[in-house]
Amino acid sequence: MTSKNGKDHLILEAVDSAIENFGDSRGELIPILNHVNRILGYLPSEALEEISTRLKSPRSQLFSVASFYHMLSTQPRGKHVIQFCESAPCHVVGGREIWQTLKDTLNIEDGETTPDGEWSLITTSCLGLCGVGPVIVIDDDAYGNVTPDQVKDILARYNNSEAQ
Amino acid sequence: MMKYFRTHILVCVDPECLSKGAHEIVDALNDELVATGLIDEVQVLETSRIGACAQGPEMMVYPESVHYAGMSVDDIPYIVEEHFLKGRVAKKFVLPIKSIKDEELSAPTSKEIRIVLRNCGVIDPENIEDYIAQNGYMALGKVITEMSSEDVINELKKSGLRGRGGAGFPTHLKWTLTRQPASDTKFVVCNADEGDPGAFMNRRVLESDPHSVIEGMIIAAYAIGASHGYIYCRAEYPIAVRTLNIAIQQAKGLGLLGENIMGTNFSFDLEVRMGAGAFVCGEETALMNSVEGKRGEPRPRPPFPSVKGLWEKPTNINNVETYANVPQIILKGADWFASMGTEKSKGTKTFAMAGDINHTGLIEVPMGITLREIIYDIGNGIRDNKEFKAIQTGGPMGGCLPKEYLDLPVDYESLMQAGSMMGSGGMIVMDEDTCMVDIARFFMEFTQDESCGKCTPCRVGTRRILDILERICEGHGRPGDIEQLEMLCKEIKQDSLCGLGQGAPNPVESTLNHFREEYEAHIHEKRCPAKVCKALIRFEIIEDACTGCTVCARNCPVNAISGERRQTHHIDPDICIRCGICEQVCNFNAIEIV
Repeated sequence: MTSKNGKDHLILEAVDSAIENFGDSRGELIPILNHVNRILGYLPSEALEEISTRLKSPRSQLFSVASFYHMLSTQPRGKHVIQFCESAPCHVVGGREIWQTLKDTLNIEDGETTPDGEWSLITTSCLGLCGVGPVIVIDDDAYGNVTPDQVKDILARYNNSEAQ
Repeated sequence: MMKYFRTHILVCVDPECLSKGAHEIVDALNDELVATGLIDEVQVLETSRIGACAQGPEMMVYPESVHYAGMSVDDIPYIVEEHFLKGRVAKKFVLPIKSIKDEELSAPTSKEIRIVLRNCGVIDPENIEDYIAQNGYMALGKVITEMSSEDVINELKKSGLRGRGGAGFPTHLKWTLTRQPASDTKFVVCNADEGDPGAFMNRRVLESDPHSVIEGMIIAAYAIGASHGYIYCRAEYPIAVRTLNIAIQQAKGLGLLGENIMGTNFSFDLEVRMGAGAFVCGEETALMNSVEGKRGEPRPRPPFPSVKGLWEKPTNINNVETYANVPQIILKGADWFASMGTEKSKGTKTFAMAGDINHTGLIEVPMGITLREIIYDIGNGIRDNKEFKAIQTGGPMGGCLPKEYLDLPVDYESLMQAGSMMGSGGMIVMDEDTCMVDIARFFMEFTQDESCGKCTPCRVGTRRILDILERICEGHGRPGDIEQLEMLCKEIKQDSLCGLGQGAPNPVESTLNHFREEYEAHIHEKRCPAKVCKALIRFEIIEDACTGCTVCARNCPVNAISGERRQTHHIDPDICIRCGICEQVCNFNAIEIV
């Protein structure tokens, strides 16, 4: 199987499982997109096309929805996605330094992915974990009370898990 | 019949504990209990917030009230053998009870009253029987068997409950307006899109006491004649979504949701809808578009949702906290509820305290309490004994109030008159080191980013305000900027389509009103009084204090510091990037900001 077919296969599988879970009505579009985005890491245009056929909805509508919400991405993202909470409570307890440290450490800006495809850095709106700010979320793990010195160690956990 | 267990183990599954392997602990406990034949005597449950996540993973054992923390999967066989088989507490992992601290919700102080938060941390949110044991679903039973829909609405009217999402619209009126139109389909929607930065009251209720919200929604559905409901929960709250789904399944299992509720001919079905990260979806008309699977852009009002809401059908939308109050009002009576609060604002309100305050976290206070009581009596004052400077209430659409307003009673009208608002309940306390122009810029950056772009005043206006504020913070403020900001604020407020645009200028307006001199210092003197705006500050070395130890020079990332060993050093302001590292590393406090 070529890698192109492999990719198509993955996309089809993701769309299948989304529609199996939520049905094929237009009203279920956002749960479906969330589901596919979660499995594939982003919404490739092939996936949107496939969903468009299944839901019998124009592609333009799907693209307009997919591009509206922060959590849906139409661009490929890194293996690990770092979400940085940019809200006021985190901002006033030192969030700015964490943001700067993240950008410096990874050498990327907001919304970018490292050239090796390991990390994507995005901001997120309030995660509601304000009691323990500043907060970052890597993939599904939340880290609270983060200090600039800890950033390297936290990132290293993810590199280590691959080395093992 | 309920199964009887001699011992219950509650394992904390909050994000922090999960990241430390809480689920693996649960699995290991179950495996070990099966292996030792104790699985019918000891039950493992998942819970949230025991309070020592920092030392997690953690678990509580009842009825012994033993708190274990910091164990790993490999320690589980030992703990099971010692504690559950031999009955000896595994001391190595015990945390003394007194050290239990819920970072979000401490024990209530004398000024607090817990109604909405009463079950948080007390019951297992994933076990409906725990909720029922706290008189859960009794209000629903009373409503369905003893009350007509008019009775329910009248009781709410007497109670004086107003929308807890922030605007304070009388709840009974909303319900009446949705009840009136003749329509075969009506909807009840819960707005759980708690997007205000710093506000996490609703998350806590959804994660810790989901049934109180569900029960409130069923009662609303009964009162207005709706047969279907949605809880629109933001995607940033995955645990809340999970807890809600479990709760809904359990309620359906007991006939409290679905067809023929409690054996009557009243039916109501409920499902959770997850957002995908868009602040504007907290606005009710944008929320409805999002539920329908569209872009979350607001719709013009009128028609109001009570007339044409979800899929053009009459729809009642309330906030999480509003619904959570309803069962208590039905059970304890409108008079009880109305006995708390002020003339026009009844009951309690939950707030999330954040910022430069000693005790951050959730509180629930009677309406009418003063800001001073909240900050000093409940919040224990400002961190590091600094001066209070301002409190931001009402989220990014609210305003900043200075110390002259500390004795302001917290109710809908007073806050509005002071130029802020109740909002959903975020409160950010700021100390003397906060630059109010920077704060205004920060909030504007937020609303500008979250503006959905549908209407011009909000889309372009917030951008213009942000441009001016950025210019001021960068030291390029011009005479006339203040007047232009004021004009922009006024027009955006008047002409925007929804609450986001109408409220967006509030942080700027309120800081202009209360901290105008700071704007003036930035613009005319190119000076940031709080020493925050980097373009307007310089780092200097105090000659007398400098020992010439070279630490600052060695740590400076841009080599802006020169000087021989044991000689006074010097910072070149043209090279310096104002990162502040020199100030942090200096052991002699020889670096000052001017």
